[in-house]
Amino acid sequence: MSFASTRFLLFLAVLFLLYYTIPRRYQWKLLLAGSLFFYYFAGWWCLIYISVTTVTTYLTARKLDELAREQGAWFKEHRGELSKEERKVRKARDKSIRFRWMLSCLLVNFGILAVVKYTNFVIGNVNGALSLFGGGQLPTLSLVLPMGISFYTFQAMGYLIDVYWGKCSAERNFGKFALFVTFFPQLIQGPISRFGDLSRTLCEEHAWDCRQIAMGGERVLWGLAKKLIIADRLAIPLRTLVGDPEQYSGVYVLAVIFLYAVQLYADFTGGIDITIGVAQMLGIQVTENFQRPFFSKNVAEYWRRWHITMGTWFRDYLFYPMSVSKPVLKLHQRCRNRFGRFGKHISVHTCSLILWFVTGVWHGASWNFIVWGMLNGVVIIVSQELEPLYAKFHARFPQLDGSRGWDLVQILRTFWLMGAIRVLDVYRDVPLTFRQLASIVADFRPQVLWDGSFLELGIGSGDWLVAAAGTGAMLVCSLLGRRRPVRERLLDHSPHLAWAGCTALVLFTLIFGVYGIGFDATQFIYNQF
Amino acid sequence: MKKAIWTAAFWCALCGVALWLLNALFMPKYMSEIPEGALIAEYYQETTDHDVVMIGDCEVYENFSPDLLWREYGITSYIRGSAQQLVWQSYYLMEETLKHETPKVMVFNVLSMKYGEPQSEAYNRLNLDGMRLSPQKLAAIEASMTEEESFLSYLFPLLRYHTRWSELKGEDLTYLFHRDILSDSGYLMNVQVRPAENVPPGRPLADYSFAPVCWDYLDKMADLCDRHGVQLVLIKAPSLYPYWYDQWEEQIEEYAAERNLPYINFLELTEEIGIDFQTDTYDSGLHLNLYGAEKLSRWFGAWLTERCPVEDRRGQEPYESIWSEKSSAYAIRKERLEAEWRAENTA
Repeated sequence: MSFASTRFLLFLAVLFLLYYTIPRRYQWKLLLAGSLFFYYFAGWWCLIYISVTTVTTYLTARKLDELAREQGAWFKEHRGELSKEERKVRKARDKSIRFRWMLSCLLVNFGILAVVKYTNFVIGNVNGALSLFGGGQLPTLSLVLPMGISFYTFQAMGYLIDVYWGKCSAERNFGKFALFVTFFPQLIQGPISRFGDLSRTLCEEHAWDCRQIAMGGERVLWGLAKKLIIADRLAIPLRTLVGDPEQYSGVYVLAVIFLYAVQLYADFTGGIDITIGVAQMLGIQVTENFQRPFFSKNVAEYWRRWHITMGTWFRDYLFYPMSVSKPVLKLHQRCRNRFGRFGKHISVHTCSLILWFVTGVWHGASWNFIVWGMLNGVVIIVSQELEPLYAKFHARFPQLDGSRGWDLVQILRTFWLMGAIRVLDVYRDVPLTFRQLASIVADFRPQVLWDGSFLELGIGSGDWLVAAAGTGAMLVCSLLGRRRPVRERLLDHSPHLAWAGCTALVLFTLIFGVYGIGFDATQFIYNQF
Repeated sequence: MKKAIWTAAFWCALCGVALWLLNALFMPKYMSEIPEGALIAEYYQETTDHDVVMIGDCEVYENFSPDLLWREYGITSYIRGSAQQLVWQSYYLMEETLKHETPKVMVFNVLSMKYGEPQSEAYNRLNLDGMRLSPQKLAAIEASMTEEESFLSYLFPLLRYHTRWSELKGEDLTYLFHRDILSDSGYLMNVQVRPAENVPPGRPLADYSFAPVCWDYLDKMADLCDRHGVQLVLIKAPSLYPYWYDQWEEQIEEYAAERNLPYINFLELTEEIGIDFQTDTYDSGLHLNLYGAEKLSRWFGAWLTERCPVEDRRGQEPYESIWSEKSSAYAIRKERLEAEWRAENTA
């Protein structure tokens, strides 16, 4: 059930009406039933996968909680009887028991994710290696990826690690925990919420709140408009451009970089707007996932503002623990002793590269994603290593600091650099992507920009105009919403203006949206992860 | 709070009105192209009832002339035909017609029995968009939709036709709230002549049986007419193509005999009627032109007068004045089309 479908809107309308008419103490139960119903549409077998994750995580978290309580109680009781050394040994043993419980649950769930998502990728690579030596071929398996598995697995595992670390207590009510894992608006493309953030409002009783409902509704409309008017419209020429890379090289590749950036932004932020808007209409607060990423001045900043919840997940649950792990600390020590100042960075950069490797693998089981992840890591590491040089440069040209022109240069540089790396996701073939990028220099052909060639990519001049106007509107809203979201300002400034905006959004989306017969319903891009 | 509710109500109402207007604007008007699309809706502009209502596909609305039936026999008739009308669409149109009037005779062309499942969205639209919202329309939509179609888009055509935003023409504004009458009581006149030559023989089929769903709807038609005291007449129009197989003929004959329904296969009567496929067809035998349609209607009018409880209503008001007007329009249209055809031939 895609967010951009009449079926979803109907489902949402019914759920919404029931939500605010039944007694409030049943609201979260209704949400759970609704979420399972929503997920059922992806295939009944998907419910098996998500149930395994929910049950194993719930039970393990409860066990971790119970162990921590028992261990705490035992310590309290025997504190006086133990020496400092004995206490240390005992604590380490207790921690190890809890770690083993957590690890087994992590292995089960990440194992499921690995099997369904990466088995055929591994088999494909093994076959590639075997063919080099004239060996036989392993058969690939027909595995179907359950919808949203990467998102809900990460969300559930984040919770488990938080319980292990004692950042939050294990949820006692299985239904409430199941709702945390399966909450339908964020089930298929995130954000990857933390239990502490989401559970606060998820299971609360919610009274009818006109302002919240209006704000949520506006956000849903805005998300739908971005998806249907911009993202799905640009998907048409992009399909043409990517479908025939031989013909569409040179300046066309620049177009692919630009168009895919806009399409992916409209698609992903559109989906997240719908997610957050729907949750807001139900009185639930979901973490923001974007913070005007295309205004970032460097790659590290970009990743702090794009898909924020994924970035912080990897940072908190992978990068930080890895950085302070014994092997890495040992490596750090050794490198520092051996290579001096530069050596200090080796361990951090190694962790960074592992982080970006995993981020790439998370996005998809193919080399293009792995290379994409590694390139991001390399760019960030190079930027960090060049920082002294930047400092010298800024000291030489102090007038650049804070100048709008220089800011713009940095923003554009980051936009195009990230765009160039991102096209690995479009062509889905590493050598081809680099060939295409090289063709920008080798085979530029700028005349196609004005000789009408762009009108033969599947959409006409009217559609280009609509896409441009939509992109302009997104840009303006981003600029205006720097301090406070535009819809909030509109609602406070003049309710009539806010309503006029909503009416216009409904009408524009209905008229200019790309949907219905003649168009392939384009799934949200991030649904595939 | 009260103010907020009023504001919301005002904007919702405004949005509703805008959507209604947009629906009207984006709906294809069929005034200058594909006139078949306008036929179903024209029926609602009729001001009197009819003794004979014909239902079916192009073999009905291209082959019979209600005007001739009036002029020569005083029979009031109307054709509720549309392109590739499927059996279930015919049934629901019949049911809907019976809500508006109770004719003496319902005529159904059996060619559509060959289609056991929904065919194409384009034809569905030509058949269903013109129907007024009613339980019959909803049922017809439900029965007709192909896999790719959505029910909602029939109720809110903007969901289907929004892509026309880049091709809207003056016609869409001109006909925002009204339509011209393009047919003569459902008959779509054509005066061109293209002789039937080299009509391809029917290719052997793996299975000649009509689909059970078609028989079900034919049964429902017969039952419906029975309930309303309407005589159902089954016909096969004299179109040479699509090919009408002997095996199909046998099944229909058997059914008509079993249900005690009159069945006329005009293909077997072309000589008696006087149809000459060198001069009486405008598309090499698929459909009759005006001259063929008038010959066929002349024969059918005589048959109806003799075999069915139809009245000669000439001289009766309001029929006389209304049909006089219709006849004048028919004559003018005929004259205009003939002049155009002559000009085309001369050029």
